[in-house]
Amino acid sequence: FFQYCLSGHPTLPCNVLKFKSTTIMLDCGLDMTSTLNFLPLPLVQSPRLSKLPGWVLKDGSTFLDKELKECSGHVFVDSVPEFCLPETELLDLSTVDVILISNYHCMMALPYITEYTGFTGTVYATEPTVQIGRLLMEELVNSIERVPKAQSASMWKNKEVQRLLPAPLKDAVEVSMWRKCYTMPEVNAALSKIQLVGYSQKIELFGAVQVTPLSSGYALGSSNWIIQSHYEKVSYVSGSSLLTTHPQPMDQASLKNSDVLILTGLTQIPTANPDGMVGEFCSNLAMTVRNGGNVLVPCYPSGVIYDLLECLYQYIDSAGLSNVPFYFISPVANSSLEFSQIFAEWLCHNKQTKVYLPEPPFPHAELIQTNKLKHYPSIHGDFSNDFKQPCVVFTGHPSLRFGDVVHFMELWGKSSLNTVIFTEPDFSYLDALAPYQPLAMKCVYCPIDTRLNFIQVSKLLKEVQPLHVVVPEQYTQPPPTQSHRTDLMIDCQPPAMSYRRAEVLTLPYKRRYEKIEIMPDLADSLVPLEIKPGISLATVSAVLHTKDNKHVLQLPPKPPQAPASKKRKRVSDDVPECKSLKPLLSGSIPVDQFVQTLEKHGFSDVKVEDTAKGHIVLLQEAETLIQLEEDSTHIICDNDEPLRVKLRDLVLKFLQKF
Amino acid sequence: MPEIKVTPLGAGQDVGRSCILVSIAGKNVMLDCGMHMGYNDDRRFPDFSYITQNGRLTDFLDCVIISHFHLDHCGALPYFSEMVGYDGPIYMTHPTKAICPILLEDYRKITVDKKGETNFFTSQMIKDCMKKVVAVHLHQTVQVDEELEIKAYYAGHVLGAAMFQIKVGCESVVYTGDYNMTPDRHLGAAWIDKCRPDLLISESTYATTIRDSKRCRERDFLKKVHETVERGGKVLIPVFALGRAQELCILLETFWERMNLKAPIYFSTGLTEKANHYYKLFITWTNQKIRKTFVQRNMFEFKHIKAFDRAFADNPGPMVVFATPGMLHAGQSLQIFRKWAGNEKNMVIMPGYCVQGTVGHKILSGQRKLEMEGRQILEVKMQVEYMSFSAHADAKGIMQLIRQAEPRSVLLVHGEAKKMEFLKQKIEQEF
Repeated sequence: FFQYCLSGHPTLPCNVLKFKSTTIMLDCGLDMTSTLNFLPLPLVQSPRLSKLPGWVLKDGSTFLDKELKECSGHVFVDSVPEFCLPETELLDLSTVDVILISNYHCMMALPYITEYTGFTGTVYATEPTVQIGRLLMEELVNSIERVPKAQSASMWKNKEVQRLLPAPLKDAVEVSMWRKCYTMPEVNAALSKIQLVGYSQKIELFGAVQVTPLSSGYALGSSNWIIQSHYEKVSYVSGSSLLTTHPQPMDQASLKNSDVLILTGLTQIPTANPDGMVGEFCSNLAMTVRNGGNVLVPCYPSGVIYDLLECLYQYIDSAGLSNVPFYFISPVANSSLEFSQIFAEWLCHNKQTKVYLPEPPFPHAELIQTNKLKHYPSIHGDFSNDFKQPCVVFTGHPSLRFGDVVHFMELWGKSSLNTVIFTEPDFSYLDALAPYQPLAMKCVYCPIDTRLNFIQVSKLLKEVQPLHVVVPEQYTQPPPTQSHRTDLMIDCQPPAMSYRRAEVLTLPYKRRYEKIEIMPDLADSLVPLEIKPGISLATVSAVLHTKDNKHVLQLPPKPPQAPASKKRKRVSDDVPECKSLKPLLSGSIPVDQFVQTLEKHGFSDVKVEDTAKGHIVLLQEAETLIQLEEDSTHIICDNDEPLRVKLRDLVLKFLQKF
Repeated sequence: MPEIKVTPLGAGQDVGRSCILVSIAGKNVMLDCGMHMGYNDDRRFPDFSYITQNGRLTDFLDCVIISHFHLDHCGALPYFSEMVGYDGPIYMTHPTKAICPILLEDYRKITVDKKGETNFFTSQMIKDCMKKVVAVHLHQTVQVDEELEIKAYYAGHVLGAAMFQIKVGCESVVYTGDYNMTPDRHLGAAWIDKCRPDLLISESTYATTIRDSKRCRERDFLKKVHETVERGGKVLIPVFALGRAQELCILLETFWERMNLKAPIYFSTGLTEKANHYYKLFITWTNQKIRKTFVQRNMFEFKHIKAFDRAFADNPGPMVVFATPGMLHAGQSLQIFRKWAGNEKNMVIMPGYCVQGTVGHKILSGQRKLEMEGRQILEVKMQVEYMSFSAHADAKGIMQLIRQAEPRSVLLVHGEAKKMEFLKQKIEQEF
């Protein structure tokens, strides 16, 4: 059991598990924080961003001034933004059999994996995950392709050059691995490799392993995964939530009795309470609008936005905001709002019962009907005619580097009446704002991250009691900025094993058992003997038939009779013929008695060494050793067949024959 | 080898009141709980005394599974759970759970309010019965207890229809409910994996039919409707509010649009809009094409099809009316039929199977003089057409499903005895 760790980002994981001859990739998250090092892509020509001075080295050399620009006291790469991919060299990714996706945020690197590594396997994900994941990818591709950039900077990535750059560029990791965004054909090709699954569906992989998605409570269709064989169970918990928002609640009971529990995707803001943040969000929004200012909410097109719209639906009338227009701008805004209404089966109980009426599960349908919420594919076209201020705008991308949000930052940044409210926790808001400084507009940070916090984790672990816990290394120490907060780390017994990017972890588990079925006719022929009250034994003589990783014991073939009728041609009948059955041996060899026996038979220099798995009996003079282990016995003796046979017979004396 | 015992309490060699008892490895499961539309007496519900003579239903049954919302598969459920008494779990898919109580209420209204029957289940009983329902996802393995597990597969047929696998240890049974193996205008085709059940219980409504291509049937249907409307006649299409109705509406809607026709199309009962709303919310259960395009154009928002009012039936001039129920055994469709039957310009198109004993069945078998209530004789002069649009698998489809699932044995139900015998031979030949 090995775990290859391909991502260092704890909430955007990418691990590969080798489990019982299958190779399973768990999520393929794309680390987009790399884009913060790039200049924003403005939709409308921005005089400010187009006239930035090139960056000059201390010694005055200017060879980088085309690639790097100085902006607001920071240095940015002037190029198409790039993303940090999961490690692709740690193992041959064409050997990956399946990819399991836990939620739509954790599949953004999928096209890089399925289209560029020789991957030929299957991807498993729930229907909402695929549909909303597609929307996120579409939005990403669209917002980057809309602003064609002539240049693609690469000189700065040279190791010698990177060393000379100011922070944070100097410290950026794996820059050679950074890649430009994929294209829509690549997205479509990647998504066509996905097979849809439902919660609690048992999926057989090659007959060897069974994988099952469970509701994780974090997002529409989000899942944790159980990976199990008959005797081993690994739980993969990624991005789970115990809060009651719109998704179906988390299934905790099914995680019990795990040998290993891999835990990723905890809250990124462990100190903030999501409910409090929503309250702050609403009050800041109301205050700004009442003072005649505009509110900008950089966000993803799906997820928390549904909850925010629901809160606003309940809040706007009482806060006197009924006449303020709400705009949702994204190339996938309409699709996202429509899709949210058709996944009733994946929603919490309250929303589920609504469709039985039948009513749409989310109240944003009503906001749209009453014209309070309007959605547009972009700022161009209809939006520019309808646009009224003051207003509230939801738009992406939360990194503030591309998408329609760039336009609103440029447009509203100069007025202190306006407010930008950060709700997505994936990017540091100060870093996101850096290229827009100095700003007059107010900045409010209300990160809403509903994923598990450390208190919930420790409760969960007590509840489900896994034998071993595996976590990203970030979770085994307090956050770097709050090193005194020892409560903000995983605390469990035995201590959690931790991993970091590009590490291979050996999971502390050894396979000992395999399940074998007995055919009914064979079972009929068994004659059990009671050896102790309540315990009966029977010897089984059979042919072990292994197909599709399933093992079946069948009756040994009878001596050949008249040829069977030719019509029957089933594989199970083609049992290999064995002429005579060798006797079967069983039992264990007590070392002390075995040594005594050896001495009786003239071996005088017997020496016994204890090993982790058993004993080694050394016959020094004969240069021979006998390894006695729990499940095997080896006689290692070179070129002395008579001696080997003699020793073999001595070993056999301790064993029972059938 | 332990045996699997199957006892049909209804719809063994018959269509209507589907109800099958399966005993597998010590577990007892009841598959469907339907009513028979051809009877108004005790025979309309399955005979539960087979179980109750030995004790309570709840003690005997480990669970009940409903395959889809048609009344011949769920119509007896409130009677069964609230009047005979069953408190165990009832499993069905989400759309079935949503739509089933509405049809039950409809059925109750027709029986009690219109026909004045007493001793029938009440609205409250329907509600209480639905509280016992556990909704399942497609492909979800539901652990009923430690040994018994069930799993739903997509069956096409109507919105939310499912086939169910019932598994105890290594023994399993697959019950198909009603299914169809070819995608239609609004639903996809049934699908099952190679689950190799010990027993496959398949419906066999169309055991002897191998139906011509769907396209031909659709063209034929449109031609007949068009001709009747052109000569000023009225077309009555008896349907069930949910299912075939939506498919035919999509068909007529696009035809009207293309041919720029003006004759009004109506859909009876207030259920229409509600029914279409269910289709919108459960769009993930429809076919690939509708799911793909629903954001741009929702196929269940109709421009040409309007709500019907009883008074419209006497309006002069051509019109097309979809009216419930589908077998002309009661309600609005029967009322309209009586009004229009005497005029040879008019036409009634029966788009689905009709159970014996219903007016629909009578006119389809050629009867032109019907004895109605009060010994009144109704002479049928209007044209009677039958178009098999009801979404059941035909012989080819049944064989295809058998090939997909690779069962060790097959049991045919929900069909007519003679036809089943024919298909039985065919299956034995091929496998």
